[in-house]
Amino acid sequence: MNGLIGQKIGMTSIFNKAGKNIACTVVEVGPCVITQVKTTDTDGYNALQIGFGEAKAKNTSKAMIKHLEKAGTAPKRKLTEFRDFNVDALISPEEGEVGPKGLGDLLTVAEVFAEGDKVSVSGSTKGKGFQGVVKRYNFKGVNDATHGQHNRQRAPGSIGAASYPAKVFKGMRMGGRTGNTKVKIQNLEVVKIFPEKNLLLIKGALPGHKGAYVIIEK
Amino acid sequence: MDAIRFVHEQLETKRELPEFKPGDNIVVSYKIIEGAKERIQDFRGNVIQINGNESTKTFTVRKMSNGVGVERIFPMYSPNISEIKVLKRGKVRRAKLFYLRALTGKKAKIKERKYTKK
Repeated sequence: MNGLIGQKIGMTSIFNKAGKNIACTVVEVGPCVITQVKTTDTDGYNALQIGFGEAKAKNTSKAMIKHLEKAGTAPKRKLTEFRDFNVDALISPEEGEVGPKGLGDLLTVAEVFAEGDKVSVSGSTKGKGFQGVVKRYNFKGVNDATHGQHNRQRAPGSIGAASYPAKVFKGMRMGGRTGNTKVKIQNLEVVKIFPEKNLLLIKGALPGHKGAYVIIEK
Repeated sequence: MDAIRFVHEQLETKRELPEFKPGDNIVVSYKIIEGAKERIQDFRGNVIQINGNESTKTFTVRKMSNGVGVERIFPMYSPNISEIKVLKRGKVRRAKLFYLRALTGKKAKIKERKYTKK
């Protein structure tokens, strides 16, 4: 699985070749540093650990600083592992095939992605705080304001019967903390790439707020 | 935001469209694709608003069709706009002319601006 870490910039819309206006998200992707190369011999599986985003040294643990020193990089905000990262599949638009990449090397957006690729993006959704069932589970609420209703327009309704079973079943959908959950959106199209600014335009919306870190897998 | 501006600069179709403002009477020639066929449809009316900026700018054109008000929003940089012609310059005092929606007949008429500022 090839992929990189990016940071959401915002949304805009562009026209495709058919003249249709499509909404897309601008993501700043990479360049990401390879911080660790895992192999079957040493770790039991093949993977690449990559890092992105600047972090302050005072906010980073000493263990992490030493770990990143091996790759020769400064502290990073976000580290992710990609299982079975195919380093041979990297293609640079200018020079053609890219040689093998190892510890401490940089991965850029144009090497990993190409226009027209289908990608899946995972990240944390925006936190909404404590929300009622109408927002949280798309309950309808009570649609009447009259006919004897009072104070009940966004109420959940019945949560169960009375003396039998004499309890509310577990998993009953009620109000509570909403959002800020990890989600993965699959089958999104890469609309455009700007290698000089490390920007990726992905069709549709991505999870999280502006500036949020997202993991883009090919 | 700089990155979005950069994207807009890269994507903006560099072509000459005549300058127009809210209140102007224009004709938009818009390409319509029906299956394999392509034809051009003219939409004539008054510009009642220009919205947005850079490559996502849009404008709204309002016309009366058989006594019914019809409004259409066009993206300014749409490749489907083949031509825009300005017929009349309107004399208006605001940027969004939504008050026209409530008016009909002679009251909905926009005075013509005869002199253009140099």
